[in-house]
Amino acid sequence: MIASFWRNPHARRLGISIVAIAVLELMTGPPGNSEAPTAGIRESFLEASSFFGLFRTARWVVFFFVAILMFAIWTLLLWKGSRIRSGISSVLAAPRAASQRRPVRWGVGLALLVLAFMMPHIETDPFWQAAMVEQIAVYVLLAIGLNVVVGFAGLLDLGFVAFYAIGAYTTAWVTGALPTPPPFHIHFNPFFAIPMAIGIAMLAGIILGAPTLRLRGDYLAIVTLGFGEIITIFANNLYGITGGSQGSNPIPHPSLHLGPIHYVWGLKPVPYYYLTLTFVVIFLVAFSLLEHSRVGRAWTAIREDEVAAESVGINPLKYKVMAFAIGASTAGFAGVVTASQSNQIFPSSFTLQFSINILVLVIFGGMGSIAGVVIGALIIQTAYSFLLHSPPQGYQPADLYMYLGALLVIMMIFRPAGLVPSRRRKREIRLSESGEGHMDEVLTGDTP
Amino acid sequence: MLQVKDAVVRYGAITALHGVSFEVQQGEIVTLLGANGAGKTTTLRMMSGLHAPVSGQILFEDQDVTQTKAHQFSSLGISHVPEGRRIFPQMTVEENLEMGAFVRSGSYADDMAKMYSIFPILKDRRKQLGANLSGGEQQMLAIARALMAEPRLLLLDEPSMGLAPMIVETIFRIIGEIRDSGTTVFLVEQNAAQALRLADRGYVMENGRIVFTDTAQNLLHDERVRAVYLGESVEGA
Repeated sequence: MIASFWRNPHARRLGISIVAIAVLELMTGPPGNSEAPTAGIRESFLEASSFFGLFRTARWVVFFFVAILMFAIWTLLLWKGSRIRSGISSVLAAPRAASQRRPVRWGVGLALLVLAFMMPHIETDPFWQAAMVEQIAVYVLLAIGLNVVVGFAGLLDLGFVAFYAIGAYTTAWVTGALPTPPPFHIHFNPFFAIPMAIGIAMLAGIILGAPTLRLRGDYLAIVTLGFGEIITIFANNLYGITGGSQGSNPIPHPSLHLGPIHYVWGLKPVPYYYLTLTFVVIFLVAFSLLEHSRVGRAWTAIREDEVAAESVGINPLKYKVMAFAIGASTAGFAGVVTASQSNQIFPSSFTLQFSINILVLVIFGGMGSIAGVVIGALIIQTAYSFLLHSPPQGYQPADLYMYLGALLVIMMIFRPAGLVPSRRRKREIRLSESGEGHMDEVLTGDTP
Repeated sequence: MLQVKDAVVRYGAITALHGVSFEVQQGEIVTLLGANGAGKTTTLRMMSGLHAPVSGQILFEDQDVTQTKAHQFSSLGISHVPEGRRIFPQMTVEENLEMGAFVRSGSYADDMAKMYSIFPILKDRRKQLGANLSGGEQQMLAIARALMAEPRLLLLDEPSMGLAPMIVETIFRIIGEIRDSGTTVFLVEQNAAQALRLADRGYVMENGRIVFTDTAQNLLHDERVRAVYLGESVEGA
């Protein structure tokens, strides 16, 4: 019954709209408490609310109306937006007619998602709730973004922090928290900063990438390293624009006003956690689609042999710039979360060390493997938070880098392709172990 | 079909090609012979946009392609099988072939089947990684990948390099079949005897210049060619 419902495209869109709005409603609705855990859910749907200021009714009526509206807009877009659609589908078209379906992986993913969704209710220690956003979710986001650049396209980017800083400063700018006035002198809600920060970060990726991505290997690494430094120095010294080393003025918290739904992301970390989690899921789905798409295959080809890639008609520069811009988009969003949650931003948060930390997450998890970098980021950042929370006797914060370095050395010896290597790498290693290939070739051929 | 006029190519201060002119007609196999360092590979790199000439002109089907970028050639109808094969080592045979069809829109399942019928060994190996193929299989894969773009002109750079004589035999037979099925072939070879037996016409290159040209038959019996390239030198040790 559900399967046949799912097969009808209209029914499917309607279903997705209702679920999406219901989740949004739950996330923005009244919170529950430990005495009555279901109160939040009950109140989210049953509490009376204004219907766009016209009359009062139960919240579920309003959210149902919004869901129908979403369904209508979606259908309209599909109907009128065939050109947009053909553009998108030509990018996402799988090179193979039948892409493999892996129900087990989807199952595991869904279970992890549910766990991630429940996490703030399982772990209620305020330290950990804050760490879940600041130390874990944001870093997962950054790692999956850098993975597109380093893992998919094989470009060593040591200046990833630049895009993160651009995201954060864009947020400060559009919300009116910088000495320089916001666009049109309108103090935007940080929610508007999300598309703008993503857009500006991507634009910065294109501007940096177009001239420099002609460079290969080490040269590119040096240029990106320089770019990261330039952004920090700009933030520090353009006093009239960025506020210099004093940092920005206070950045307002995001708030949502959607019909009857009024919600302000305050100082508490949990709402930011859900906001970030939503975007992590969006980026994860988008990047897994991308990995197995025409674009993903072009990246693999460029990584393996650029001359051969050109000979089959791939424009290497175009796809590298694309990888740069796509990777930058996640950093741009992460910048919004950090800026709007931490209230104030300082140039000193955007250091080379930060870029390197993200790179370590990617290498540890497994370059090119989405599941790998997520797990890698989860493990390292949880361990890091644990060290912050309850440091062992004699532990100094700077010791962390010693441990991280040792961890990387051990990794390189025992699992050189990362904790959860990408399928391609795993296949290579299996083949080489059975004597059909050359381990050295396989392992050195792929490093950026 | 393709004309190269007075092309000069430089690598920094070194001039690799001093005004090279030649042409390829529809439906023929043209071979370019020459010793190591004569400029054969440079000529091919120039013809596929990897290294633009500083002067001169390249026309393909009356269209000026002198400044065309390497990645644009395969959609124009010119496929280049680079020197040293350069297949994607960590992609399977099947994936390599799919990459060959990158510039095509539409379905290419028929062409895939066609490649497997021309190169049956690739069908047996289709789930194997490119790196794990033998040299001959890699060369076949490189040719098949180039053909997946449905080229009208196929550029081959030393397809016999490093391969056993029997495999070379097979590959040359297949190159003949490719021409018979309507794709023009431009072949750069050191293995002059074999190349001339297959080709319709030939050009001989020395020190970045084309020194003479004739039909393949005549070249095969030409004393200068026999002396220098076919190992029948009177003075040679």
